[in-house]
This record gives sequence, structure tokens and C-alpha cells, in this order.
Amino acid sequence: MAVQTGAKGKRYAPFAYEVGREKIREYAQAVGEQSPLCYDREAARAAGLRDVMAPPMFAVVYSAGAMAPAILDPEVGINFALMVHGGQELLWGEPVCSGDAIETVAECKDIYEKDGKGFYVFESVSTNQGGQEVVRGTWTNIVRGV
Amino acid sequence: MDVGDPIPELRVTPDRYLPHRYAGASGDFNPIHIDRELATQVGLPGNILHGLYGMALVARAVTEAAGGDPRSLRRLTVQFRGMGVPEKEIAVTGTVSAVDGDRVTVDTVAEQDGKRIIRNAVAELEPLRHN
Repeated sequence: MAVQTGAKGKRYAPFAYEVGREKIREYAQAVGEQSPLCYDREAARAAGLRDVMAPPMFAVVYSAGAMAPAILDPEVGINFALMVHGGQELLWGEPVCSGDAIETVAECKDIYEKDGKGFYVFESVSTNQGGQEVVRGTWTNIVRGV
Repeated sequence: MDVGDPIPELRVTPDRYLPHRYAGASGDFNPIHIDRELATQVGLPGNILHGLYGMALVARAVTEAAGGDPRSLRRLTVQFRGMGVPEKEIAVTGTVSAVDGDRVTVDTVAEQDGKRIIRNAVAELEPLRHN
């Protein structure tokens, strides 16, 4: 069975996420973040930030709501039982701080078959309330035995 | 940071409940990460770590090597291979592979039990010196 490639180029509805100080703290503690800029508002402000800063990988928290409908889209047709998250790229722009309103748009960039596996590549672009890009993600999911 | 320099190794042993805390923090409640019984039924050794948690450890290791300001990290790309488990030490190691003006590239790997759980990790950093 060949992969269906009809969803290539499909874009999904924007997902809005409001960044909160305690969510940043919860995430930062879970990953063992050491920077005081992620916990201490005064330290963050002294370093020129608006408020406590989200650790870089917090990008997956505010992007997740945009990615789910793309990955779950029946037109994309991913077989979840056989899917693994194969690769991830993130490219950071402006820092994300508590109080920011982030909007993320996902797109199905590519679907192809290689060595009997299906590759499903999605891109997410996240911008802040000022229209500045904060992160651009490339998410590669691999499905075995397509 | 010069080409060929190793970065300080980051060693972390996620405790038994780390996957549950990471699930709550990230919103990813896939049962293979938090339900040992279900994970075993689908052929896994037990509940496994989130791949993106391992990527967050790589992000920490390179950022801490660049002086600790999270704004230093400009780009990170990784491949997930194998799987990590709780209660075993993870070691993140890396080497500076390029320096171009302010931008430093570090090639990184995360290993657990002698197996690579994240490979071909490439980080681009712009170290900040304000603190």
C-alpha cells in the first residue's frame, strides 16, 4: 500500500495559546531547567525580558494544539499504532514570556515513502501578539510498514 | 567555545514519576509514557520517556554550555532513536563542530545504558555574555 499524498500543502486553523507564569514554572521544573530567567520575574526583567521566559522547548506546549488536528487529519491518514516521532527541528525567534499570546499555524509540508516507511513532515509557525515569529518547527513522523 | 571542544556532560536520572510530571507539564498523556501495564502489553519494556523530554535535556546541555541564558539557543534539530526509560541515567554529550562569528554549532548525542536515544542532534547557539 502506498502512502496517500493528497494532504501535502494543507494548512490548518490557527491555534491560540496564552502563556502563564505558573505553566512555565511547571514545565521548567519537569525538564530541570536551571536558568533563573524562567522562574524569577525580577531576574528576567533585569535581563531585559518582559516577564519570566519560557524554556526553549516549551515551544512544544504552545504548538501542540496546532499540531494535533494536522497529525490526526484522516486525509493525512497516519496509522498511529505504527507511528513514531522520528525527528524534530526548532528554530527560535523572539523569546516567549509569561503574558504572551501565541498563535500557531500548522501545515502538512510533505508526505513520502522511503524504505517501506511513510514519512509525514509538518511545519508549525508560531507568532506572538506583536506578529513576531517566536518559533518555527519541523515535525517528522514515521510510520512503519506502509 | 572552539571547534573540537567538548561541552560539559549533562547527566540526569529521571525518577519513576518523571514521565507523569512531564505529561502534565507538556500535555502529552499518551499512555505508553505513564501506564506501565499498557506499555508492557504493547511490547515495550515498561512506560517510556517522552522523546521531547530527551530533546529538552539536549537543549539544557547546550544552553548551559553556552553560559545558561535560554535565549542563546537559536536552532536545534534531533532524531529520536530507540527509547528512554525512567530510573536510568541519561548522559548528554557534545562537541563544538563549527564557529562562525557569534554562532556556535554543537553536535550532541543523548545515551542511556550505552544506547543512543537521541542522535544527530545539532544545536546552533549565540552565547550571551550579560550574566
